[in-house]
Amino acid sequence: MLEIKNLHAKVDGKEILKGVDLTIHDGEIHALMGTNGAGKSTLSNVIVGNPKYEVTQGTITFNGKDLLAMSPEERSHEGVFMSFQMPVEIPGVSMTNFMRAAVNARREALGQELLKATDFLKLMHDTQKLVDIDKKLVSRSVNEGFSGGEKKRNEIFQMAMLQPTFCILDETDSGLDVDALRVVAEGFNRLRTEQTSALVITHYQRLLDYIRPDIIHVLLDGKIVKTAGAELAKEIEERGFDWIKE
Amino acid sequence: MKGEDISSVKNVDNEYVKQVANEQYKYGFTTDIHTEIIEKGLNEDVVRLISQKKGEPEWLLDFRLNAFRHWTSMVQPKWGHLILPEIDYQAISYYADPTSKSKSDDGKPKEIDPELIKTFDKLGIPLEERMALSGTAVDAVMDSVSVKTTHTKALEEKGIIFCSISEAVKKYPELVRQYLGSVVPYRDNYFAALNSAVFSDGSFVYIPKNTRCPMELSTYFRINARNIGQFERTLIVCDDNSYVSYLEGCTAPMRDENQLHAAIVEIVVMENAEVKYSTVQNWYPGDAEGKGGVLNLVTKRGHLRGNNSKLSWTQVETGSAITWKYPSCVLSGDNSQAEFYSVAVTNNYQQADTGTKMIHIGKNTKSTIISKGISAGRSQNSYRGLVKIGSKADGARNYSSCDSLLLGSHCGAHTFPYIDCHNNSAVVEHEATTSKISEDQLFYCNQRGIPTEEAVGLIVNGYAKDVINKLPMEFAVEAQKLLSVSLEGTVG
Repeated sequence: MLEIKNLHAKVDGKEILKGVDLTIHDGEIHALMGTNGAGKSTLSNVIVGNPKYEVTQGTITFNGKDLLAMSPEERSHEGVFMSFQMPVEIPGVSMTNFMRAAVNARREALGQELLKATDFLKLMHDTQKLVDIDKKLVSRSVNEGFSGGEKKRNEIFQMAMLQPTFCILDETDSGLDVDALRVVAEGFNRLRTEQTSALVITHYQRLLDYIRPDIIHVLLDGKIVKTAGAELAKEIEERGFDWIKE
Repeated sequence: MKGEDISSVKNVDNEYVKQVANEQYKYGFTTDIHTEIIEKGLNEDVVRLISQKKGEPEWLLDFRLNAFRHWTSMVQPKWGHLILPEIDYQAISYYADPTSKSKSDDGKPKEIDPELIKTFDKLGIPLEERMALSGTAVDAVMDSVSVKTTHTKALEEKGIIFCSISEAVKKYPELVRQYLGSVVPYRDNYFAALNSAVFSDGSFVYIPKNTRCPMELSTYFRINARNIGQFERTLIVCDDNSYVSYLEGCTAPMRDENQLHAAIVEIVVMENAEVKYSTVQNWYPGDAEGKGGVLNLVTKRGHLRGNNSKLSWTQVETGSAITWKYPSCVLSGDNSQAEFYSVAVTNNYQQADTGTKMIHIGKNTKSTIISKGISAGRSQNSYRGLVKIGSKADGARNYSSCDSLLLGSHCGAHTFPYIDCHNNSAVVEHEATTSKISEDQLFYCNQRGIPTEEAVGLIVNGYAKDVINKLPMEFAVEAQKLLSVSLEGTVG
């Protein structure tokens, strides 16, 4: 369970989050919608511990543990994963080496035995099939020269490799055409277990056609101003956000 | 599954890398051993004394004396992008022999002092034949003397000569005389003249015609004694249709004062022959405040004498307080091919001015230069290269690519490429980039669970991959670990 209480955060000295409260139980999918600049990406970056963002007040606990006291990699080891809005390229570092470092860092943190090269390669191979990602992408350098859609697919592949229990999809739909969107969303759905919870950040209804949220929140000016069921997305699609503000 | 991108080279066990990455310079120990050291200072008598100690013939003494006289007429070069401390050549001892205690009349150690065996064991270089690294013959040099060369018998059966240069002078004087100074004459530069006057030990390799050397040949250089200069001299001759791969490794104890290592390596490559020369240079780099460290002032050059000959230099430079080194190639033979692959890492207050010279003389000669500089801390890292195309080098080609990676904002990366082309049919290409490891890249790795130090190692190794993959396998693994260690603590 993820529990956010009275969260305030700054970026570049400017307060963006002004008291966010949010509770996501295991197995639940929450969508976060809102206008540009409302603080959606700030919230997701604060959860995963991006050092560019400064938390000034409030708490985040994950399965009872103080997330804000942990380094970004410790949060990852706890099972928190973010699919980046704009995944960076890391030239020269093969996906294989990158994922092996990630998988083994996590196993080490959890006191599990490190994967041998052969076992690891088998895991890569099986996962690549599971999320239907092109084998060629997996043998290239991390995101290097990937198209927008390929990068997003690669994020889902990494999610599958790391098997997180809480996922943030930060505008995973941006820059994707409908077919790519469907593939990515289906990949995510296939990976979900009963325990997996997620925070899906989006501007649009269309992603939510594929990944069905249990609850939708609207974030405006650094605060959650409305929380409702899945039907809210449709209403926002038709009427925009202005009516909520009033 | 086979075609996957996980070559065994990159397949280094994480646990091990981490363990190594947490160590500082791990070769910084000293060996407490009786060492015969001659008085400090440099003059003609010292040159004569060195020659006498080595039991050298007259012609070699003359060579040394000529070099010494020439050296006294020269001044230390200042063109490097380096702040080279004033070297007091009278404050250094020019000959230190850690094997002196156990020598028999012919000058070779009767049996090796157990302390020496222990030392090289600790460095990962077992000297006892039955323990010796399989697939690699090693010449182990400490201070001024070769301690032991392994696998010589197996090589002799193929007619291959691999021994210390001192031994070669005695056993194969004609070969040594024919080639010594033929690639790097003593007049070449200040440090070459100095080396030619006082050189102590190094390796001699001769591969006869039509012979593929069945194992890697390797020399391991160790500086141990205090206030001595090490003057390595290596000579490799690869005759027609032959092949050899040669590796060089170096370490030194941690000391507060600078240690001088001024080497000459000469390589002669005959028709259709191929030589691969790889270096992992890990001399003590000095401490975090820039105190101490080895001054690595080296002249390395290969002469591609025969048609269709090939020579490649691969170097991973992580050590030394100052590196001044330009492994070069003279491409005389038609269709000869030369390569230079380099990764140079500088951290703290290290300074490196390194690169290559490609001198194209023969027709259709081809050279490739791939240089990767990595700077961290307050270090300065320069690439300096010359591509010269002579007037008769029709159809010559060169491709150069020089990349710099900066970690942090107090270090410097510099590129000084020189092109001197006297033939209109030549094609010379040069590319250069400078990049920085971004916070976004590090955070991306962190989010996937990879700690920052490990992420830096991963990114740096990815950046240097093209060069590392050129190294023989065991060396490549070692080099990967070194890169991580050298850059420890540079981020965060």
